[in-house]
Amino acid sequence: MSPTMGESGRPLYEELGLLAAEYDRVVELMGREPTDPELVMFSLMWSEHCSYKHSKPLLKGFPTTGPRVVMGPGENAGAVDVGDGLAIVFKVESHNHPSAVEPFEGAATGVGGIVRDIIAVGAKPIALLDSLRFGTLDSQRSRFLFRRAVEGIGHYGNCIGIPNVGGEVQFDERYEDSCLVNAMCVGVVPHDKILSCAARGLGNRLVLIGNRTGRDGIGGASVLASAELGDDDADKRPSVQVGDPFTERKLMDLCQALNDANLLVALQDLGAAGLTSAASEMASRGGVGLAIDLDRVPLREQGMAPGEVLVSESQERMLAIVEPAKMDAVVEMARRHELDATDIGEVTDTGELEALWRGEEVVRIPSLYLTDDVPFYEVPRDAAPAEQPIDLADVPEPADLAATWRELMGDPNIASKRWVFEQYDQLVGANTMRRPGGDAGVVRIPGTTRAIAVTLDCAEWHTELDPYAGGMASVLEAARNVACTGAVPIAATDCLNYPNPDKGSTGWRLAESIRGMADALTAIDAPIVSGNVSLYNESPRGPIYPTPVVGVVGLLDDASTSMGIAFGDEGDAVLIIGYGDARVDASRYLGRCAGCPPTPDPAADAALLRLLAKCAAARLLTSAHDVSEGGVAVAIAESAMAGCIGAEVAIDAGRRADEAMFGEGGGRVVASCDPADVDAIAAHAGDGVAVTVIGTVGGDDVAIDAGGSTARLSLRDLAAVWEGSIPAALEAR
Amino acid sequence: MSTARVAVLRFPGTLDHESAARAVEGAGAEPVFTHHEDTALPAGTVAVVIPGGFSYGDHLRPGALASRTPIMGAVKAHAADGGKVLGICNGFQILCESGLLPGVLRPNASLSFICRQADLEVADAGTSWTGGRAEGETLSIPFKHHDGAWFGDPGSTRVVLRYRGENPNGSIDKIAGISNLAGNVMGLMPHPEEAQDPLLGSVDGRVLFAALIA
Repeated sequence: MSPTMGESGRPLYEELGLLAAEYDRVVELMGREPTDPELVMFSLMWSEHCSYKHSKPLLKGFPTTGPRVVMGPGENAGAVDVGDGLAIVFKVESHNHPSAVEPFEGAATGVGGIVRDIIAVGAKPIALLDSLRFGTLDSQRSRFLFRRAVEGIGHYGNCIGIPNVGGEVQFDERYEDSCLVNAMCVGVVPHDKILSCAARGLGNRLVLIGNRTGRDGIGGASVLASAELGDDDADKRPSVQVGDPFTERKLMDLCQALNDANLLVALQDLGAAGLTSAASEMASRGGVGLAIDLDRVPLREQGMAPGEVLVSESQERMLAIVEPAKMDAVVEMARRHELDATDIGEVTDTGELEALWRGEEVVRIPSLYLTDDVPFYEVPRDAAPAEQPIDLADVPEPADLAATWRELMGDPNIASKRWVFEQYDQLVGANTMRRPGGDAGVVRIPGTTRAIAVTLDCAEWHTELDPYAGGMASVLEAARNVACTGAVPIAATDCLNYPNPDKGSTGWRLAESIRGMADALTAIDAPIVSGNVSLYNESPRGPIYPTPVVGVVGLLDDASTSMGIAFGDEGDAVLIIGYGDARVDASRYLGRCAGCPPTPDPAADAALLRLLAKCAAARLLTSAHDVSEGGVAVAIAESAMAGCIGAEVAIDAGRRADEAMFGEGGGRVVASCDPADVDAIAAHAGDGVAVTVIGTVGGDDVAIDAGGSTARLSLRDLAAVWEGSIPAALEAR
Repeated sequence: MSTARVAVLRFPGTLDHESAARAVEGAGAEPVFTHHEDTALPAGTVAVVIPGGFSYGDHLRPGALASRTPIMGAVKAHAADGGKVLGICNGFQILCESGLLPGVLRPNASLSFICRQADLEVADAGTSWTGGRAEGETLSIPFKHHDGAWFGDPGSTRVVLRYRGENPNGSIDKIAGISNLAGNVMGLMPHPEEAQDPLLGSVDGRVLFAALIA
């Protein structure tokens, strides 16, 4: 017998995205040729998107344990203890390829998917964030993708009623074809209500909850997410799922009600590869088998093949394990929420996934073959040549510092993202204490006096030029953002967006950046509890930058001590707290990805994080804002605009003014405080962290004295260019 | 003495019922979640809150399907007896769709969803809804909607709240909230239940909930 041929005349396994060697392995494992539905299942489960076959060996380097970790990587989302018997559950996930093909539905279902991961753990979602990257706004395609992706996120998130509290948006021509849409969801759950996806209990029922199953999203994980983009992307639109947030909201309410009533043994969402992935994960995790009767799956359309039912990525569906005696209660509760809950099979002791179709067995695969016997690959580790540092003498000195500063404020990467976040409901639930636009969103943990701070960040230019330093910088910037609200970073999640790992130095960058992230996470004591990998983000026009997006969650034991970025009162002292030098290498001021980005010092960052938390708890600071893109000048301008009050400062005498004002690097925070509190802050800092008073809050201008000259801009002028930049870029055309 | 009961309606897709219930508690009353299929309000109900959200996923028109549910018959009878009704955002849309308030809420002039803190000016100090604030005083309350531009004849209603400054959504006369002529039914697009707590930035929304049992 030989492999089935596909419609194109090529072997079916090849059409489905499997290599010949992988097909041979399937045959070897099975001891026979797979049936067509079985082959479809292997192709999805062994796709990069589902199996992480290129990245899993590298991910083992992450720290994943710690006293607060309740549930680490491997489940639907990670969980950390935050006191009061509660755990915070979170994960970030990519939906890049679908969004590049159909941005509205792609981005919307990206939100839907990550929310279901949080629901699957039994948690109540309390916050959403997103990290977005597109081409530059002078491109019509990029403006279209940007507009529609933001609308899609808003449409879905607003309608399901989860506040969007932060994130980031970047523009660079490298993302012109392969845009990045990463979404993070955070939930809260009592420890004793956390659900696992492990199927248990011989004879327990397998119950499909939510939407009916249709043909949408077939092959999404393999055709779309595990291949490079190309000219035929429009033809891939049928592989993009269609979202219905109204149904998702009902599903969210129903799953919480079922969990509250102790009606569930296990819960799992249906995402990539649909029923196949959900069922095999549940079986493998629980060490049991699952028998599915495909004829009982409620279908949305006629004439579907069994393979299609098994891998459909129809949205808003969950799979549950329910004790037989509780089935009636589950069905009745689903009816009251106007949803279907259908008994489609049972837990067996075979360790196999079985599927019946029209009474005949069409699938019988040991579930571990699908989940654990994936062929893993070592990525090539060809290092890129080391970069040369930028010689400041080669950078022309600006004739008019204020004009250069003003121009930098209008760079869409630095400019206000109000146009984006005003399209999101930031407040639903009435727990949002710090809204988007600051360093991190702050959300009160419902029913407590505690709060969490959350952010998403990435230093992709640094990762391109020096992946080890870039991995560290991505972690440390996210951690500083959280610490600037007064929170203590306690755990992290990551979304590794990279090009094809078999090409060029991508494999090396992937490995080195993971090593950098791991070292930084260890230094600040924030383990990774969940994550996602998205490879093949490239098109015939080239690869994206390696983009390790990091989500950090911090905890404020007393919500009322949280800080914002807005300068405090007239007469407050302006401080720079932290370490490191300003450099123009890989800075926004330099305007291109070149040079040697500074290597962070994670131990110094850890000391800075501790100091910020101490100062917040003692209410010593009136504001704190991380110095990142655009350097100190941009950070000061942003704190001034947020506070509607100016400042007069002097920085780094003896350096060239442009380097002092706009250089990036190290771990630095611009803060303000009552002048009477400066000594107390310095005492907390000890020798570990530098605290420097650079000026005073007040007036209607922001004036910076640097390198012997003074740059001065009025608040009104700053706000006009900073607020107006992105709307103007979108409307001008 | 038992506390006054306030019915907080829940339709499929209602999102703000929990925060509205907390605001009702903050005003010293007892919130009772009330299901859309019920034909009567809970015994002893003194006032009704219709919270925001996306009832029925905004299918057809925002508020259109919810306005035709069994519970709305009971709400109409309650209003006809002079009982107080407060509709917030989608609740305002439901009140307009059900005829308890005049006019309609059209899509924002920008055709996009907008979430923003707003200063609302008291335009009519004569209703009970603004807690004795003088005309021209402001309340800082956030709004967040896609279909919030009130359109209708301002003469057919009492304009209680207006947006101060720029018109954010294209509403006629910058209207943010109106009541019926009798003054017992109030609808507004901004969210007073999200302006109850100093930690969240404003407590100006409290007056609207206090008015439920005033």
